[in-house]
This record gives sequence, structure tokens and C-alpha cells, in this order.
Amino acid sequence: MTDQTASLASFTGEEAQKKLRKRHRAERRFRAYGIAAILFALAFLCFLFGSIFSQGWSAFLQTSIKLPVQFSQEVINPSGNPDAEDEIFRANYVKLARVALYKELGVDADNRKERRAANDLLSRGVDVQLRDMVLRDPSIIGKTEDVWLLASDNADALLKGSIDRETPSDRRAMSDQQVAWIDQLVDNGDMKKRFNTGLFLNGASSSPETAGLGVALIGSFFMMLTVVLLAVPLGVCAALYLEEYAPKGKIADTIEVNINNLAAVPSIVFGLLGLAVFINFFGLPRSASLVGGLVLTLMTLPTIIITTRAAIRAVPPSIREAALGVGASKMQLIGHHVLPLSLPGILTGTIIGLVQALGETAPLLMIGMVAFVVEYPTTPLEPATGLPVQIYMWASSAERGFVERTAGATMVLLAFLIVMNSLAVYLRNRFERKW
Amino acid sequence: MSTLTILAILIGLGIFAYFIGRMRSIQVCGGEQRTLHSRPTYHGYYLASLTVLPAIILLAAWGVAERPATRYIAMQELGPQVLKGTDAEKALAMSVVDSIADGLPELTPEEDEVLRKARLGFVTTSDARDVLGRHGVVLGSDPGRNVIAAADELASARATSRIMLPIACFAIAALGFAWGYSRIRPGLRARNITESVMRSGLFLASTVAVLTTVGIVLSVLFETIHFFQFVSPFDYFFGTVWDPRFATVGKAEGQFGLLPLLWGTLFISAVALLVAVPVGLFAAIYMSEYAGSKVRAFAKPLLEILAGIPTIVYGFFALTVFGPLLRDLGFNIGLDISASSVLTAGIVMGVMIIPFVSSLSDDIINAVPQSLREGSYGLGATQSETIKKVILPAALPGIVGAVLLAASRAIGETMIVVLAAGIAANLTLNPLEPVTTITVKIVSQLTGDLEFNSPQTLVAFALGLTLFVITLALNVYALYIVRKYREQYE
Repeated sequence: MTDQTASLASFTGEEAQKKLRKRHRAERRFRAYGIAAILFALAFLCFLFGSIFSQGWSAFLQTSIKLPVQFSQEVINPSGNPDAEDEIFRANYVKLARVALYKELGVDADNRKERRAANDLLSRGVDVQLRDMVLRDPSIIGKTEDVWLLASDNADALLKGSIDRETPSDRRAMSDQQVAWIDQLVDNGDMKKRFNTGLFLNGASSSPETAGLGVALIGSFFMMLTVVLLAVPLGVCAALYLEEYAPKGKIADTIEVNINNLAAVPSIVFGLLGLAVFINFFGLPRSASLVGGLVLTLMTLPTIIITTRAAIRAVPPSIREAALGVGASKMQLIGHHVLPLSLPGILTGTIIGLVQALGETAPLLMIGMVAFVVEYPTTPLEPATGLPVQIYMWASSAERGFVERTAGATMVLLAFLIVMNSLAVYLRNRFERKW
Repeated sequence: MSTLTILAILIGLGIFAYFIGRMRSIQVCGGEQRTLHSRPTYHGYYLASLTVLPAIILLAAWGVAERPATRYIAMQELGPQVLKGTDAEKALAMSVVDSIADGLPELTPEEDEVLRKARLGFVTTSDARDVLGRHGVVLGSDPGRNVIAAADELASARATSRIMLPIACFAIAALGFAWGYSRIRPGLRARNITESVMRSGLFLASTVAVLTTVGIVLSVLFETIHFFQFVSPFDYFFGTVWDPRFATVGKAEGQFGLLPLLWGTLFISAVALLVAVPVGLFAAIYMSEYAGSKVRAFAKPLLEILAGIPTIVYGFFALTVFGPLLRDLGFNIGLDISASSVLTAGIVMGVMIIPFVSSLSDDIINAVPQSLREGSYGLGATQSETIKKVILPAALPGIVGAVLLAASRAIGETMIVVLAAGIAANLTLNPLEPVTTITVKIVSQLTGDLEFNSPQTLVAFALGLTLFVITLALNVYALYIVRKYREQYE
């Protein structure tokens, strides 16, 4: 009996209880570490999205000033010849906008200092805006019309609150008088934040208020088109060969190891490849979205091959045997059964590959896609940028207005990625098949 | 005729040949289709592939050979002084020839006349320069007569090639069509031939990946060897100072020491791993051992979002939010933290690679057989004791593999460090100071408008090769470990 009590004591005694409590505390602590790790990652994710959203949402609004602009004949077309396109193109449109502004604010046209202060309220891009209006509809010459003109970067920043009104005026980017003018315009309803269509339509610009993503969106579109047209057929064909035909041996092994390694090669090395092969050797133009697309194709190929192989492997052997049993050739088996059945899986993999390609920046820097492009490219051989590259260029700009733009562009990029990812998830759920 | 037009016409011809082939096969069997070896469709494919494929192969070969061939022809015109010169001089001369040749087709007949006279010496070459300038060809100095001759030769060779290419392509397509047409008869094994053609197509597609690797190695290696003609490998691999200076073409000026860049890369990666490994590992353990299926279904995809965010977004975040935040935090507690520091880049990069660690570790922990856990519980161990003493040791090789893969990601990562790590090559042990990395320097050496014959640009390829070799070694080793481990329970 005493033996048993003694051995029981080693489990129930004071010492043992203490040890057990300690072990249970260790258990709870360990569990807490796990939760903390997940919470840390999620908190960082929220912080990342939150900070980009809070910086970026204001980029979708842009301050404009409504002014009655007189499209006077003397300034735009002094010769009176309506065919003088060159003259109309080169006219001093800034003057038109400024005259209207002086009138609106009651600025003394002889006071140079006051005039200059007033000029600072308008964006430097107003001439393009007015010129485009005239070129689109020349009958406007000679009339006076209310036009919403872009306000300058600083006026925009003041209205959005990123210039603090409380700062003493000598340390503020806007003088007291300019602030008073802005307040006056806002009170009259002539100065407002409006939806910023220019963010999506304009090309590169050195002033933030007229810079937009237009060229980058077109460049990204061309690049994605190239990737879809090249990487998808190549990837699917390669996967089919490796799964269906490749004899198990040295060659198949080499290709397999190669693809796995290629998937992990740093993206910037692909950029070096593109620079050396496509630009230096084949002489394709720098900054062209075709070259970008080719580089991204090589980069996404491994992803597409790997996911497609998994999808092909998931087609059950019974289907293959049935098809071969009724006399189909291997090629017919692939074309009529294997491909259609694995299509959802292939699509999902393709979209994931595209998402990767869309967000990739580093290789594009190598092939010169950091060009300052104002005009829309019409073919994939013309200079363009891509969405992530535009983000990189804006992020390296010094002006305050560009920070907001960068965050706004990032939101656009993330929106594309979320849409594409949701599509992939939807496809996977919609077509998922239990054999 | 552009290559794309030729391609489009060839595809059109292919479709046409398909229908002709089908028709012909029905014709030759006299309507009795069962006497055909293959169905008419296959005869169609047979004829179409005979028409299109040789022409496309020719088109591709022409595309590869055209530039080197025309340039070689033009180079002969440059004269012995240039041809005997160094590679850099030849490249310089050829770039002028290239730009003049680009402008030549745009000239009007009168302007063309000026250039012809300049070539023969009747007018000065500066007249020719003016004429070219009007068409956007800006030359640094008056071109020599040999240069104009070479450009003329280049332009005419290009023009000939442009005319010959479609003729050759369509001729070979017609030949293929005629031969194929004459061979269609009931006994033709059209299906077998078509299928072997398709099979070769599939095989070719699968070699693209191999070709890419070969392309990477060759292109990077070639330029690296070129670089080592200017700078000795010893100075590059063991130099402790990174200070490439601008110099005239063909000369190395400044120092190209790899060590500070390598140190910066490894330092930032180490910080990133210090963040990613504990967080990723604990997250994986919690998700595979403790969490219910609902929590798992929610947390796992959310963690994977971190890997899906483009790295430029992380870079921007580090630059505008996280770096300043760390600097202000440091200021408040009396530490002097630079806004772009090892810490900033490392932490943000660490968060980025958490999913690489957690997803792989998760798979590996799940692969540990249940019997091991049950044995441990049976001995009275708590869950955490089981994890620490049984599961982790069993999963260790796989986890090491995951960490190595994450490390290779960190070493090759570009956009975060470009925006957040600094540009000064710095051999420092202090994580609060900025350092620079290999990838940052590749970007900064190659985003200027430099020619490719100066060490300033070529060093980027040497850096690229270094990066490629390091990450490749890590990957191969990691894959080897993961694979070896997986086999243990199967």
C-alpha cells in the first residue's frame, strides 16, 4: 500500500501539481505565440492597406476652379484665318485662363506681384486643357464659356488639408492672400474637388496635378496581351508534353528541374536577359511594351507550366483508359478529354501567373520602361510604361503631390489584382469537380 | 511587308490549305471515305502544316539572322582603320551607321542626291549631316564618307531583305503546298504525320524553359566576361570599396568591389529572416496544430495575400510610411535611425516573405504522420511539448528548406530595397544605418542612358551573375532538402 501512495504522490503531490501548472502555463504561452504571429501578420496587412488607402483616396479627387473664360479671337487666332492650325495650336492659352482669373478675383492687372500670386492658383496644364477645347470645337472662338480648370498642386493640397492653415504664412507654401482668394472661390462655389478623370487618362507629366496613369494602363494592357498570347499556349503545350509524352529519363528530368529553378530566379535577372537578348541582340526598341511582355512571358511561363501540370494530373486515369479503349489516339485523348477537363485548373493557374506579371516591376526597369511618355502608345513597339513602373517613378519624385498620386496608383493596381484574384477563386469554386 | 503581315497571310494560306486538303482526300478516295487511312480532317491538317510550317521556320531564322548579316555587310564598307580597331571603336562607329541608316529611307529624292554626292565626295559631309538632321537623325559630328557608305549599304541591305523575305516565304509555302497536294492518296498516314508534328510542337514548347535558362546564363556570362576585361576578377570579388566612376568608353575608372554590396544584401536578408522565420513558423504551427478549420480557412488565404502584393507596393509603403515611422520612433527614444535603413527594408521584406515560410512549413508539419503525435500524447506530453520535442525535429529538414527558399527570395528582391534601403555602399554592422544591395546597384547602373561597352554598365551583368549563382545554389539545395525529406514517410 505504501508503495502505491508514494507513487501516487509523485503525480498528485504539491511538487507534481506545481510542475503540472508550470507545464500548462507553457502550453498556453506557446499557443499565444502562435496567435500573436498570425495577428502580427494580419495587423501589418491592415496597416499596409490602411496607410495606402488613407494616403491614396484623395488622389481620386482633384481641385478645379470654375472660370468664365473668354476665348478671344485676338489671342487664339489673330490672323482670322480658321485654317491656321499652327497658330491655333501655339496660341497663348495660359493668358486666357489668367485673364479670367484676375477678373474673378479682382486682381489689379498692373500689380505684378499680385498677378504672380494669382497665377500660382492655376495648374500649368490649363493651356493643354483649353487648347484641346478649341481644337475639338473651333466655333468656340470668340465666345465666353464657364470652364472647370485644374487648380495648382499647392491649391489642391490646401483644400485637401495637407498644407496646414495654422502654419505661419512665411513657412507655408501659400501666402495669406492666396488662402483668402481660395476661401473666396470656395465660398462662391467656384472652386471644388471633383472626380479626377485625369488620373486615368493623362500621360506622364512633371506637375502632379496633370500626371496620370493613361500611358501606364495602355502599356500594362499591351504587356498582358503579349503574356496571354505567348505564355498561355507555350505553357500549356509544355505542360502537356511533360505530363503526357516525356519519357521518364534524363531529358524530362532536366526540363523539370529547370522549370522549378526558373520559377525561383530573381525577377531582375529576367530583366538582364531581356536587355541582353531582346534589345542588344535582336535590336528591338527600348521601352517598348512588346519587350516587356516578352520578358514577363518568360517569367510567368514556369508558374503556368507548374499549375497546368497539376491540373492535367488531376484528370482521372479511368477517363484516359476509356478514351484509349474506344480507339482514340493519344492526341485525340488530349484534345477531346484531358484539355477540356483540366481547363478550369489551367485558367486558375493562368490568372495567378498574370497577376504576378501585372505586379512585376524590376525586370521592366532593366529594359528602359522608365521612360517619360506623354503620348498614348498605339502599338506595342512604341515607348510605354507599366502600372507598377509608374508607381516606382512617382514614388521617386520629390513633389508632395506625387505621394498622393503614388498611393492612388497603388490602389488602382491593388484593385486590378483583387479583381483578378477573385476571378481565379470564383473559377476554381465554380468548376471544381469531384471525380 | 512587315513580319506580322506575312505571318497573318501565312495563317490565312494554312486555313485555305486545310480545306483544299480535306477536299482532295475525299476526291482521291472517290467518296468512299472508309478506304482512307485517316479521316479527311487529318489530310487537311497535313496539307496545312506542310504549307505553313517551313515558311514559319524560314521567317524565324530570317528574323534571327537579318540583323547580324546586314550589319556584317555594312561593316565591310567602313574601311580597314575601323575594322582593325577595338570592339568598342567598331561598336561606336556602327551605332552612328545604324542611326544614319534609320534615317535614310525617310529622305526625299533630292536629299538622297545630297547624300550620294557626299559619299562620292562632291559635297562636304556636313551638308549630309544637315540633311539628316532635318529628319531627326542627330549626329555628334560630321560623318565620314566611309560611314555614309556603310549606312547606305546597310539601308539597301535592309531594303533588299524586306523585299526578299515575303517572296522567299511565299515561295516555300507554295512548294510545300504543291508537294503535299501531290502526295494525298487514300493510303497516306496523314493522322500519324499530323500527330507527330503536333508532338514535336509540344516538345519545342517545353524546351523554351531550358532555352530561357541557357539564355540567362549565356547573356549574363558573356557580358560578365566582357566586364572582366576591364576590371580584374580579384578586384571585383574581394574589393571592399564600391565606387564606380563615370569614365570614357572603354576604360575602367573607380573601384568595383562586390563585398559591400554582398554584405548589404546578406544583412538585410538576415533581418528579414529574423522577422519572417519566427512569425511564419509560429503561424504555421498554430494553423496546422491548434486552429479549427474555420480559423484556418480564414487566416491562411489572408496570410497568402501578403505574398501576392506586388513588391513595389511594399517598397512604397516602406518609403513613405514605415521608414519615417521608425525614424520618429527612434527619435523619441533617443536613437538615430535613418529613414532608409537596414531595419526598414529588412522588416518590410520580412513581412513579405512570411507566407513563403508559413505555407511551406504548414505543408511539411501536416505531412508528419499522426502516429508520432499520438505516441507522444500517450506518454502524457502536452500539445506544445509534442510540437517542440516531436513534430518540429521530425519536420526540421523541410523547415530548413522553406527558410532557404525564403532567403533566396529575400536576396533577389529588388523593389523594396530600391526604394527603402539606400544607395550608399556601406560596410556597417549597425542596422540603423542605410546599406545598399546587389539588386539596387543593378538597377542604378542600368537605368541611365549609357552605352554597353563601359564597365559602369557591364558591372550590372557581373552583379546579375553573382545574384543568379547565389540564389540558384540556395534553391537547388533547398529543393534537394525538401525532396529528400518528403520521401521519408512515403
